[in-house]
Amino acid sequence: MQVQKSVLIVGGTSDIGRATALAYAQAGWRVLLAARNEDAARRNADDIAIRAEGNVSVHLLDILETTGFSAFVDSLPVLPDTVVCVVGELGDQAQAQVDLSHATLVLRTNFEGPALLLGLFAERFAARGSGTLVGVSSVAGDRGRASNYVYGSAKAGFTAFLSGLRNRLAPAGIKVVTTKPGFVRTRMTAGMKLPLVLTAEPDEVARAIIAAAELKGRDVVYVRGIWWMVMTIICGIPERIFKRLRI
Amino acid sequence: MTELSGWGRYPRHETELISAGTPAAIPSLLAERTGLIARGRGRAYGDAAIGDQTTLGSCQLNRMRSFDPVSGRLTVEAGVQLADILAVFVPRGFFPPVVPGTKFVTVGGMIAADVHGKNHHRVGGFGNHVEEMTLALPSGETVVCSRSRNTELFEATVGGMGLTGVIVEATFCLRPIETGWMRQHTVVAGNLDEAISALSASASASYSVAWIDCLALGPSLGRSLIYAAEHASVRHVESLRPGAELFPSSRRGRVSVPIDLPPFALGRVSVSAFNELYFRAGVITSGYPFLVPWDPYFFPLDGIGDWNRIYGRRGFVQYQCVIPISAARSTLGEILERITRVGTGSFLAVLKQLGPSSGLLSFPREGYTLALDLPVSRDVLQLLNELDEIVVAAGGRLYLAKDARQSPETFMAGYPHLARFQDLRRALGADGHLVSKLSARLNI
Ligand SMILES: Cc1cc2nc3c(=O)[nH]c(=O)nc-3n(C[C@H](O)[C@H](O)[C@H](O)COP(=O)(O)OP(=O)(O)OC[C@H]3O[C@@H](n4cnc5c(N)ncnc54)[C@H](O)[C@@H]3O)c2cc1C
Ligand SMILES: NC(=O)c1ccc[n+]([C@@H]2O[C@H](COP(=O)([O-])OP(=O)(O)OC[C@H]3O[C@@H](n4cnc5c(N)ncnc54)[C@H](OP(=O)(O)O)[C@@H]3O)[C@@H](O)[C@H]2O)c1
Repeated sequence: MQVQKSVLIVGGTSDIGRATALAYAQAGWRVLLAARNEDAARRNADDIAIRAEGNVSVHLLDILETTGFSAFVDSLPVLPDTVVCVVGELGDQAQAQVDLSHATLVLRTNFEGPALLLGLFAERFAARGSGTLVGVSSVAGDRGRASNYVYGSAKAGFTAFLSGLRNRLAPAGIKVVTTKPGFVRTRMTAGMKLPLVLTAEPDEVARAIIAAAELKGRDVVYVRGIWWMVMTIICGIPERIFKRLRI
Repeated sequence: MTELSGWGRYPRHETELISAGTPAAIPSLLAERTGLIARGRGRAYGDAAIGDQTTLGSCQLNRMRSFDPVSGRLTVEAGVQLADILAVFVPRGFFPPVVPGTKFVTVGGMIAADVHGKNHHRVGGFGNHVEEMTLALPSGETVVCSRSRNTELFEATVGGMGLTGVIVEATFCLRPIETGWMRQHTVVAGNLDEAISALSASASASYSVAWIDCLALGPSLGRSLIYAAEHASVRHVESLRPGAELFPSSRRGRVSVPIDLPPFALGRVSVSAFNELYFRAGVITSGYPFLVPWDPYFFPLDGIGDWNRIYGRRGFVQYQCVIPISAARSTLGEILERITRVGTGSFLAVLKQLGPSSGLLSFPREGYTLALDLPVSRDVLQLLNELDEIVVAAGGRLYLAKDARQSPETFMAGYPHLARFQDLRRALGADGHLVSKLSARLNI
């Protein structure tokens, strides 16, 4: 009999995390949801268990409590085959410019916490000789812009970290996937006016993650192809001009 | 502020639109505001799901809470969509006890309108099958109600159009099915009398509905096709469709109506040709039971996305009345005739048999219900006012989930438990607090 594969979704209360967990469960995977809010995670876990007739458990984790990470990994019932980290914090750019503690929160939630946690799993995976890591980063990290560079620079750091991890572990057969979703209709963007063609639904992101991580083995995925083009253009603008633009 | 309308796109109103992210967030949202009403998928045709000041979106309350595969008992948050329930449970051999003519509705909306299916004469409305629900009251309190707990609140909330509180969670039982196929039997009725006789003769069928060609005139007024159906057994599928999948999946590849068609697109000629074709296709299959997948049988219009746009920007109204059995033949005949005489071409005319009522403001009562869509115009609105008088005189009433225009007097005449409902609203502190454009218009 084939052993059931398992996936850990870090950020199991987010809309993207929920959709990803459901998609894995529907594909027959055992799902572990990590989150800091137990009730909210349980609400998603119960829903997924019913919809997919699957096995879903909840595990408490605050991505800012980095000292507890080792104990957290040890406490899991299994070392998962795949870890998907969707934790993030958009924050408020204007506030982050003047309030250092807010800027710190954004930087640590998007970069430090996710990078250290995935780094730790990378060590365990390397020891085991298998495993897949997926980090949900952002196109905001492709080039710093006035409107969200605190969040963007943290995502840039995360993207670079994942890139390095991939470079180091590819020979060992450990897969590392970077996802840049573009705009997604979630709690994070509720109330914003989003351009229709550039905006994905959470389950579209989920399908892209599974396709990249488990089926096609892609390294870096923009959920909607059009974002690759948009970002290529944005990154191609000379700094001399870019610094005067408001985009 | 956001402009909202119902499925008929008439009327349109400005409202503040907010959304409840979690069940726990509802009490404080309710306490902070007045003139508020809950909204599901906005499939009510008129102004029922538009808040007088604020509209509370419930689509994020979309988690399933528990399911027992032995009894079929399902508990879900009120914003869970019927389409999701079907997608999850039909392949496992379960079907909801009652479904309306579209699957793009929420459980909250199905309870608040006490929706009826093609099986109302057999099993009653959806509210009849709700065992228990959690309700957030205007006071900020959250209570559980059922037929044995907070009974009056339960009876008022079933069919209560969101005016007693916000439904947060509900429990009901799915029924077992052997396959996802329907064994359908078509009967042709040459006129309204025959249609009513055929419906009453097929009252032992689990599901039945008559589609009326409302452009047939004179002696063939009310000419219709009666579709009676049962959930097919494995044996039926094996003999009628050997090799077929037992649970055909929900239809994909929806065609959408991308733009608003001009009003003349539905003129007499095109609708009449459509109806003629529809009728002929039915006649050919008449008499032989045959198998149809559940999706097109129950939700024939869901295959065409956004079909409400074909009536153009001005929108349309659906006129749905129920007439007590004794008066049904003559009254429905008169209504049909008045509508065919104007010839505005109703795209849809559906006749169903209804059983006894349940909630205080539930629409269904024993009798026959007729529903037709009409494009909005001054003439149509005038005609409907005249039809209201016929309905009231026959002891009938109009469906609030379809209404956009009836008068408070017509409403009052049809709903004998209104005073009790209003007393309960006062006791709950709901009057003035939970207000939709519909309740303001009808002084509920
Ligand atoms: C194509 C089509 C076919 C239809 N066929 C049928 C049919 O066969 N039989 C039938 O009975 N109806 C039918 N309907 C009407 C439809 O089923 C009802 O209007 C139903 O209430 C719509 O559900 P919704 O989730 O879209 O609710 P909405 O339209 O958003 O709201 C409807 C009412 O429910 C209330 N409500 C919604 N959610 C909550 C909540 N959580 N708590 C409290 N109140 C709430 C609203 O305040 C409003 O009064 C049909 C509609 C369409 C468009
Ligand atoms: N939405 C978009 O347009 C978009 C675009 C590009 C990238 N992304 C990225 O996609 C990911 C998911 O975002 P989303 O849109 O689904 O938004 P979201 O719902 O706000 O998700 C953020 C998630 O991070 C969790 N989180 C935040 N701080 C945490 C902490 N200290 N410890 C543990 N968990 C913490 C949140 O948990 P709580 O529920 O407990 O708060 C939540 O699960 C994020 O990384 C985001 O940056 C989103």
